[in-house]
Amino acid sequence: MAAPAPDPQFILRGAGSAVRALHFCSGAQGRPLLLSGSLRGLVHIWNLETRRPLAALDGHGGQCVTWLHTLPRGPQLLSQGRDLQLCVWDLAEGRGAVVDAVRLESVGFCRASVLAEGPQRWTLAVPGRGSDEVQILELPSKTLVSCLKPEAGARLGMPMCLQLWQAESSPRPLLLAGYEDGSLALWDVSMRKVCSRAACHSEPVMGLALDPRRARGVSGSAEKALAVWSLEGQQALQVRGTHELTNPGIADLKIRPDSKILATAGWDHRVRVFQWRTMRPLAVLAFHSATVHCVAFDATGLLAAGSGDQRISVWSLYPPT
Amino acid sequence: MDPVASTVRLAVQEALHILSSSEDGGHIISTLRSLRRYLGETETQAPAEEQEEFSRTHFSTILRCLVGKLSPDWLDLLPDGQLEELWASFFLEGPADQAFLVLMESIEGAASPSFRLMKMAQLLARFLSAGRMAAVMEGQCGQQAGLASRLLQETLLTRVVGLPDRLGNRLQQETLAAFFPQNYFPLLGEEVLRVLQAVVDSLRGGLDCSISFLSQVLGKACVHGRQKEILGVLVPRLTVLTQGNCLWQRVCWRLVERVPDQAMEAVLKGLVEASPGPEVLSRLLGNLVTKSKKAQFVMTRKLLFLQYSCSTPMLQSLLGYLAMDSQRRPLLVQALKELLETWGSSSAIRHAPLEQQRYVSKALLICLVHLGEAELQASRDELLTSLMEGVKSRLDSSLPPVRRLGMIVAEVASARLHPEGPPLKFQYEEDDLTREMLALAAPRPAADSPLEAGPPVAPVGGEFPDQETVDGGGPQAGREGSDSELDSDDELVPYDMSGDGEQRSSKTPAYVRDCLEALTASEDWERWEAALQALEGLILKSPAATREVSLELAKVLLHLEEKTAVAGFEGLRQRALVAVTVTDAARVAEYLAAQFYALNYSLRQRMDILDVLALAAQELSRPGRLGRAAQRGPTGPSSQPSGATVPAWQAVVEERVRRKTRRFCKGSMGRAAAAGPNEFNVVAGYFFFPLLQRFDRPVVTFDLLGDDQLVLGRLAHTLGALMYLAVNTAVAVPMGKALLEFVWALRFHGDAYVRQGLLSAVSSVLLSVPAERLLADLPDELLEARSWLADVAEQDADEDCRLLAVKALLLLEKLRDRLLPLSSP
Repeated sequence: MAAPAPDPQFILRGAGSAVRALHFCSGAQGRPLLLSGSLRGLVHIWNLETRRPLAALDGHGGQCVTWLHTLPRGPQLLSQGRDLQLCVWDLAEGRGAVVDAVRLESVGFCRASVLAEGPQRWTLAVPGRGSDEVQILELPSKTLVSCLKPEAGARLGMPMCLQLWQAESSPRPLLLAGYEDGSLALWDVSMRKVCSRAACHSEPVMGLALDPRRARGVSGSAEKALAVWSLEGQQALQVRGTHELTNPGIADLKIRPDSKILATAGWDHRVRVFQWRTMRPLAVLAFHSATVHCVAFDATGLLAAGSGDQRISVWSLYPPT
Repeated sequence: MDPVASTVRLAVQEALHILSSSEDGGHIISTLRSLRRYLGETETQAPAEEQEEFSRTHFSTILRCLVGKLSPDWLDLLPDGQLEELWASFFLEGPADQAFLVLMESIEGAASPSFRLMKMAQLLARFLSAGRMAAVMEGQCGQQAGLASRLLQETLLTRVVGLPDRLGNRLQQETLAAFFPQNYFPLLGEEVLRVLQAVVDSLRGGLDCSISFLSQVLGKACVHGRQKEILGVLVPRLTVLTQGNCLWQRVCWRLVERVPDQAMEAVLKGLVEASPGPEVLSRLLGNLVTKSKKAQFVMTRKLLFLQYSCSTPMLQSLLGYLAMDSQRRPLLVQALKELLETWGSSSAIRHAPLEQQRYVSKALLICLVHLGEAELQASRDELLTSLMEGVKSRLDSSLPPVRRLGMIVAEVASARLHPEGPPLKFQYEEDDLTREMLALAAPRPAADSPLEAGPPVAPVGGEFPDQETVDGGGPQAGREGSDSELDSDDELVPYDMSGDGEQRSSKTPAYVRDCLEALTASEDWERWEAALQALEGLILKSPAATREVSLELAKVLLHLEEKTAVAGFEGLRQRALVAVTVTDAARVAEYLAAQFYALNYSLRQRMDILDVLALAAQELSRPGRLGRAAQRGPTGPSSQPSGATVPAWQAVVEERVRRKTRRFCKGSMGRAAAAGPNEFNVVAGYFFFPLLQRFDRPVVTFDLLGDDQLVLGRLAHTLGALMYLAVNTAVAVPMGKALLEFVWALRFHGDAYVRQGLLSAVSSVLLSVPAERLLADLPDELLEARSWLADVAEQDADEDCRLLAVKALLLLEKLRDRLLPLSSP
């Protein structure tokens, strides 16, 4: 008899509205922090030792925060909101001030992606002005490097999720983008062309996660299945298989940094955990009472899930050895 | 006068005289040695004709005289047992049949227990172990058939086969191990084999032989019920010997052929049982069934129709034997026809025990496997007719095993008889019997059969079925290998994921009235399903609201049809109906019971009514129901985890409290079951009496006493259950009286299921009605019931009926025992 489904290690309440974005980072003196972005535009910083919010940052004018990421400099926080701003925050020494902002062109829910190019240089991918465009910007200069637009007859629809990525062997950054028609495209950013495309889903791709070590990834959509794909020779996108789910709708997926387990945030209020190598289902975490919007792993293996029920559940599953 | 005869007679008479009178050991021994000349074993042999004369006329006289002299003193005349040795040699080396007869005669004539008896028994044991029995039987093989020799054979036969019994009778406790039947008959088998070997040898030499004596021995041993012992030795050896040897086969066929008719059945049954398969049986029997009427009768009728004791492998051997030769195949076709006829006869279905029906069905399936298309096509119409009749009457039966037999045989037989038509497919649960039957119906696997291919090899990445198909044969294998080196995360143990069900929409109605409205008017199927699933919980949660609409709700539920493929529809509907009935028992039960006899219902609905009434009654009569009813809402597998977390948390707290609390004395820990009135008491009448009212008045769509006997059986069972649940209620006595009348009216019903229901109803009357009231109010009914029960217990064809009747009788006995001490003082 299998052990009963685990309980969360603890729960963070007080976000005040649906939690739409989560990100772990380490604060001053290496204290673990959790950042959460809410539907009402607030970014909460949670201390995971006291389990209390340290601060609430209000920089998006009450509009939904869809994406959070930290840059090592500073530390700096990037937050993407639906007020068409991508804010850069300085969090050092307890500050919480917007030091810079990038004007966005698209009002959708597509999350941005960032890639460190050099010690002080970052590449940022955000949805662009045209409905099917992706813009590549350089930070901190905010210059538009390129604009990736599918060829005329492709009809991919809007980009839904982005993942910038640079293979160790190649100097050129690649971009994985999931589109509204359910297909994934692998862009060569500097050449501005699609290397490979694969139709993974029949519904819009809602989230994707990439395991660079294995050159494999997984994507979820509004339909009832996960798609696992691989990057053959880092160039060719190939669907490896699909994995059926009980209920349709995946909002977000993350692979733990040690590549052992995969977590999905489901519209069915459940977080599903899989063994990443084999896609064997390991657990179904039925704690939330509303759609789970985002999941995140930290370096120590802690899993956080943010949901429409305004709670963040933190789980410790299969601790990494 | 023949000079030879007179010389021998003179010598013998002189020897007899000396033996009977002399006390001198040396003299006796020389006399005996001189007599041994005639046995032909010594160096100074007598002439052949003298030997023959001696053994024909004088040998048994000498033996009898020797037996007569046997005593301890006589044997001690010479030291070292020389005399005994010489004495014994006459029995062991002389003509075996006479020696055997004299031995048996003297053993039976000796006073028991005595020195002589023991000596003779030991001598007989030596006789057996020296293999002389083969000589006895061999002697009979060359004999010509004359009256005298037939008498001798008869005597020998009874002695040879009856030896263990006779010795056992004489020696009682002291009998020797060699005479135990389990030792003697295998020995006899060995001896028969040796004789057969000799017969074969002499046939090779061109001599004629008769083995009818052996056949008689075999037959008689089998009639005595010793098939296992004797054939257990014979069959394996004969199997080897007859392999590829025509002479042995013919001897073997002859052996069985000459078995007397009255023993044929025993021998054939033993052979069928002992032979490992149809091939062996065919080698041993040849075309016996076409030559011997008796054998044909035994093989094609008696073992198939009149008995049902053969095991499945025996049946396979038997029918396989019939199928192996073109001369015998017409018999197999005939057997199949008769089997199907028996199988299809409705009276056989009703009166034959289930065990026999199974047996016939098995035989039928085996027959079908053996017969070819052409043979089946030749008599297809006839076979199909009896098959269809049988299937019809079997499916009509109210006993599930009978129905299932019908389904299996119909599937298999129709596929064989009518291969071009669409295959017949029934729904039945798999169990050991169905698997066995279907295995019988599968043709013997040939070498190139696809069945031999085994299950398809599972893909290596078992958890990921699509991987293999999508993979274009790239460098997948290499990377998988490196993966497993990279991380061995096989130790990740999955948690329980059983709660991971389909998510329901949020349209679940919150009130009973909403449910009612959703079930009747809604075109929104999600809402309809949600309403159905929520209904039971809502009814239990708000009894007052339910009572307002109870009749309407019951009506809707009763007429509800499965519109979407919602999982467990029947169960949901039934539970909801039961909940309504429990909540507003009097009105709903009255309504349901009245609807049972109403015009426009299907049998399914009528049976649902019965089930619901029984379940509701059970719920009502459950002690301590009131306290728990409110908590019984269904806990869905949905999002609230608190249901799972709270108990664990509570357990921890309780454990802490318990550890920190000191108790000075301990009261009873377990809560006593809450005592309360039986709620069924007040409403039992509404449940029970309307159901009894109109069972004998058929309406257009519903005829309980006619075709709808299945419902009648269910009705009887339900009434029994209601009666049983009405224990300790005031209404139990009139209920019992009415129920006994009902039983009385139907007691000779032809359907076993109905009778089972009636019998269980009688039992529940006996259990529920107080004993004093039974005796005071229903004495006549009890007497009648008792005689009926006794009849059923003895004569009913159905085993379950007999069992139920015996149980009811036991209850009656118990009742009497309880009443007697009351009435005696």
